[in-house]
Amino acid sequence: MSEAQEKPRMPDEVGVPDHFQYMHPLLKANHGNWAWHDRPRAGVLRHVSKSGDVVYTVRAGTQRQMDVFTIRKLCDIGDKYADGHIRFTTRSNIEYIIADKEKIEPLIEALEKEGFPVGGTGASVSMISHTQGWLHCDIPGTDASGVVKSMMDFLHKEFVRERMPNRVRITTSCCQINCGGQGDIAINVQYTKPPKINHDLVANVCERPAVVARCPVAAIRPAMVNGKPSLEIDEKKCVCCGACYPPCPPMQINNPDSTKIAIWVGGKHSNARTKPTFHKLAVANLPNNPPHWPEVAAVVRKIIEAYKADAKDWERLGEWIDRIGWKRFFEMTGLAFTKHHLDTWTGARKNMNSSSHIRF
Amino acid sequence: MSGGNNGGNKNGVHPTPLLDELEDGPWPSFVTGLKRLRDEGGGNCAPIMNDLLGQLERSYEDRKGYWKGGTLSVYGYGGGVIPRFSEISEEFPESKEFHTLRVMPPPGYHYTTDILRKLCDIWEEYGSGLIAFHGQSGDIMFQGCTTENTQKAFDEINKLGFDLGGAGPALRTAMSCVGRARCEQSCYDEARAHRGIINRFLDEMHRPSLPYKFKFKFSGCGNDCVNSIQRADFAVIGTWRDDMKVNQDEVKAYIAKKGRKYMIDVVISNCPTKALSLNDDDTLEVDNKSCVRCMHCINVMTKALSPGDDRGASVLIGGKRSLKVGDMMGIMVLPFIKLETDEDFEKLEEFAETCIEFFADNALEHERIGETIDRIGLPAFLEAVGVEVDPNMVNHPRTSCYVRTDDFDEEAAKWFERQAKKQDQPQNMK
Repeated sequence: MSEAQEKPRMPDEVGVPDHFQYMHPLLKANHGNWAWHDRPRAGVLRHVSKSGDVVYTVRAGTQRQMDVFTIRKLCDIGDKYADGHIRFTTRSNIEYIIADKEKIEPLIEALEKEGFPVGGTGASVSMISHTQGWLHCDIPGTDASGVVKSMMDFLHKEFVRERMPNRVRITTSCCQINCGGQGDIAINVQYTKPPKINHDLVANVCERPAVVARCPVAAIRPAMVNGKPSLEIDEKKCVCCGACYPPCPPMQINNPDSTKIAIWVGGKHSNARTKPTFHKLAVANLPNNPPHWPEVAAVVRKIIEAYKADAKDWERLGEWIDRIGWKRFFEMTGLAFTKHHLDTWTGARKNMNSSSHIRF
Repeated sequence: MSGGNNGGNKNGVHPTPLLDELEDGPWPSFVTGLKRLRDEGGGNCAPIMNDLLGQLERSYEDRKGYWKGGTLSVYGYGGGVIPRFSEISEEFPESKEFHTLRVMPPPGYHYTTDILRKLCDIWEEYGSGLIAFHGQSGDIMFQGCTTENTQKAFDEINKLGFDLGGAGPALRTAMSCVGRARCEQSCYDEARAHRGIINRFLDEMHRPSLPYKFKFKFSGCGNDCVNSIQRADFAVIGTWRDDMKVNQDEVKAYIAKKGRKYMIDVVISNCPTKALSLNDDDTLEVDNKSCVRCMHCINVMTKALSPGDDRGASVLIGGKRSLKVGDMMGIMVLPFIKLETDEDFEKLEEFAETCIEFFADNALEHERIGETIDRIGLPAFLEAVGVEVDPNMVNHPRTSCYVRTDDFDEEAAKWFERQAKKQDQPQNMK
């Protein structure tokens, strides 16, 4: 190879780039000097500086996994309306900063014309934070982009308006590692069967003691199978978490029929009002059904509608359930409460009701 | 350059009936974008994307992923590239290598269109033309590169002033909220802390040698827009020590607009520590000693209420997701660290270094620092990193009597000593 003979280029270890060089000049000028903000309409923020400067932010949804043509289109819009600057939110929404109020409507029109919905602010359903899925991950149980696209298509009307009780943060994850994180609603893969082991490959591919150590319930042990060193699983102990699959791909956890989807509710990042919370199981065993995942969408819709109809202003989904109780949550959503909703993991006792507080 | 029909995919394009269904509907479609790369992409984008679409369609048919990992990096680094090799490359040879470069974005995700276009041009020439803004790791994900082009793509990206992020058992790419660039609730310079810490420990990122991953996240206030408590080993969250600021005229204006009942139901009653009280003249009374800086009332009344002036941050250690012992949130370890002067930021960086060193020396393989703390107990961790105990660390004191307390008096003496000189040293770092 000719490259091998060339002297390799050493990386310039620059680290995290300086953000000021890319920041909109008005944000730079008022850095650390903001006074207050409000939202003139859904998808638009107004920030007022102590200097008297006012900037408007127009926020729009993107597909996150973007082709260069889409990015250039977003740049064209930025050049025309926002002085050649853009930023992204942590949920992959794009934001344009503008000083001229008169440019807001033309910018919104330009974004909508190109198919980028304007919204995602305040009490809306914002973009779903998502993972890689079948497009790029080496251990995915489902796709990410497709699930998100299917959900956001029907949630679109709640993205472009602010008519939920409070913000709704939805996440998806393609395996139980849950890279998508905590959410008001989390749509996560849930495996239902122990891994199927290809004993011919284990000895060559897997560092067996590391795999044994990876199991959270000590269900894996070394074994000789067909005369070869391999691993075996105590299927009675196995909780089907898939933790052994990344370090040992011959322990295939994914299966078209047994890889299912579970929906979790009531996770919250913010410290506002109540302390942050983890999401809790609402329903499991939904089919992994591309390209639209209709069974998942139906449950998400039910939960969102019940929350929207019954929660009070500023109440997050989990706070709403805390008020009305899980009994009414399951009644109002028509979902089943089963023995699998009773936590059995370390610390489970803390999640039980040890009081006489009950709801009728 | 490829061009013309099907982007020069001479054997025609793979049919994608299932993926085609994801082109309808009002949300922007990633499938439409992939197809445009297949049909119009420069460099090798067109053939790569044709086979990528073919493989993805197969995943949709079979409900199964077809990527496997491997080992790959760029010269001088040991991480930052996520290698992907297709398991069905005989059928889809053009996308048989589909690696991702994790590239660290500027804090707060600010870009000029100029720099984005340059990044796009590089990725259209050397990669697949597919970029995610941004991955859950906080990186720009340049997805889809051959082994041969990985070094070339990195060199060009690196020349623009961007660097690879973290992967594997290493310091990981950090995230910070928009912060003081555009938010009046920001209590410290998030981006400064972010750049200061990550750029100080780049060696731990680019040459992975930690027991497992270590993540920093920076949020400007308790709203924690980057979800640091649940996802970061080291979460820095803005807060303030003095009184919250109240503009009573704006409080009255808010009540005049929204009504007194709404004010009571939404603002007063939602205060988690009952620190708010509405006076008869529609002014607001705040019990600042009981306020926990949760941000709710400030979120609701953005014009009337704002954080105080004596600002800084709290540090929580040990957040992580489920693998393998279950979910953990970070534990409050530094209730307050002032973040204003160069020395303040230096102090935070030094504390970060102490924690990383503790982690490197004490964690077991594949153990996150939160798990290490659970294994050895919080007191041992605090002792190791030089932090005094503080009641802000707990929901409540222990309920189990199984503890040996024969040195209780000495420990109590330390507490009274610290209380006595609290005025000089309000922080609990030793």
